[in-house]
Amino acid sequence: MLGIAIFTILLLIIIGLSLFFKALPIMREKNLWVLLTSAQWKPFKGDFGFLPFILSTFYVSLIAIIIALPFSILTSIYLNSYASKSVKKFFEPVIDLLSGIPPIIYGVWGTLTIVPLIANKIAPKFVEFSTGYTVLAGGVVLAVMIIPLLISIMVEVFRSIPKEMIDASLSMGATKWQTVKKVILRKSISGIIAATVLALSRAFGETMAVLMVCGNITQIPHSLFDACYPLPALIANNYGEMLSMPSYESALMFSAFLLFIIVVLFNGISRFTLIQIEKRYQF
Amino acid sequence: MKYLEEKILKIIMICAAVIILAVLLFIISTVFYRGLPALSLDMVTKLPGGGFYLGKEGGVLNAIVGSIYIIVGSLVISIFISVPLVLYINFYLPAKSVFSSVIRFSLDILFGIPSIVYGAFGFSLMIYLGLRASLLGGILAVGMLIMPIMMRSFDEITRLLSRDLPDALLSLGSTKYEMAKVILRQLMPGLVTAILLAIGRGVGDAATVLFTAGYTDNIPSSLNQPAATLPLSIFFQLGSPVEEVQNRAYASAIILTVIILILSFGARYFSSKFSKNKI
Repeated sequence: MLGIAIFTILLLIIIGLSLFFKALPIMREKNLWVLLTSAQWKPFKGDFGFLPFILSTFYVSLIAIIIALPFSILTSIYLNSYASKSVKKFFEPVIDLLSGIPPIIYGVWGTLTIVPLIANKIAPKFVEFSTGYTVLAGGVVLAVMIIPLLISIMVEVFRSIPKEMIDASLSMGATKWQTVKKVILRKSISGIIAATVLALSRAFGETMAVLMVCGNITQIPHSLFDACYPLPALIANNYGEMLSMPSYESALMFSAFLLFIIVVLFNGISRFTLIQIEKRYQF
Repeated sequence: MKYLEEKILKIIMICAAVIILAVLLFIISTVFYRGLPALSLDMVTKLPGGGFYLGKEGGVLNAIVGSIYIIVGSLVISIFISVPLVLYINFYLPAKSVFSSVIRFSLDILFGIPSIVYGAFGFSLMIYLGLRASLLGGILAVGMLIMPIMMRSFDEITRLLSRDLPDALLSLGSTKYEMAKVILRQLMPGLVTAILLAIGRGVGDAATVLFTAGYTDNIPSSLNQPAATLPLSIFFQLGSPVEEVQNRAYASAIILTVIILILSFGARYFSSKFSKNKI
């Protein structure tokens, strides 16, 4: 049992190290700074600039958060302070299902509904032509995927606020919303930030759904209606051909390593914050 | 004034909640609407025939069986790792031990690692071991993916169990191993919930098996052969320019969605059963 316990801790380190060593050849060959900031991506000529992929990942995730955050905050406040018991009971499986639906189904849904919607209805109002496979489509699909994560964490965070504080506010004549605004939200701001960071790291790593709706063209996206090519999609799309070229394989492993580092960092910070919050209110 | 604000915000909140519910129904109904016409008994009972990807007949039995093989294999691995670990951190270690919080913390982080990273790591591990894309590779990668999921949900339920039961058992003179056996029986519904959640995640994930399990039109007969999986089958059929094949992708998506729905409600059923039995 002790062995298994140590193994789980080691697994994290093993994954990190093995990806690092796989990525080492490309980092030796090229300057790390060049890898991260160059926009030249021509694997067959030996140019590996990750900037388009990094920016694509960042933009898609950012849009997802911007869309998902208001919905999640409002819904979790509603579930926490307003909803009756039966509504709460009803919403539990809804959130469960949303988080349980596989990425590939979200991808299918995105290509069937969101992509044509953007191509035919939304994009023509802003730009001349768009295929619909865009940053925006990726962001919308991702937003739906991270909403259940955001809601389930935020409901926990709101619940950790002592009931005495809320009762005190209500008994002073404050309305429910005033209590929410002045007590609950103010007290749980660190929890909301932690949940956001966690959802952001989930968004960074999401592969299949985003791959199916975001176009996969290597370029730096300049508008919401440009196609983009996030890091996970890059790895997933090129797994077959990379074996023939050692530097290409190393470059793809470098992107996996990059994802790993970012996700571990973001996760570590936000989980740590959430654990602190949980401790603070445990009597 | 403040009552007006209250009313308006309440309406906005209800709208947000209703929109989320509507999106869920929209997703499920889209998949069913597009997939139902192509869904037939052949889909679930036949292997892809010659010219399946050109619209000729056949089904996705290869993917269904492949997914089952992979999930069963990875479940066996992760049950054998997570059950002892959860019992260890909950009952063997003292209640507020630093070591158990370190383990929980690293589980949280493992839980957050994207499936594509598990896929890439599994793939490089397989090259190191000299394996090709195979059932075994898929089992290992999916096992790594679902292990933290299972441990976390099992751990959460185990923490709800009061410490009185283990204390009573120990004071009656049972060994820690005997105590673990009794507790495990008590925790059975919780374990089933955790397993169902893990299956749901493992069956639905495509990015891990993309590298590691490969794809094939046949049912694998040994651990060294590649195995098809349902999500990848949907993905590849969707990539076809032939409309009938695309329609079958939607039909396969229904199969996957129904599996997930059953698993999700099953998990809920068993976890409610647990809270009734709780002492």
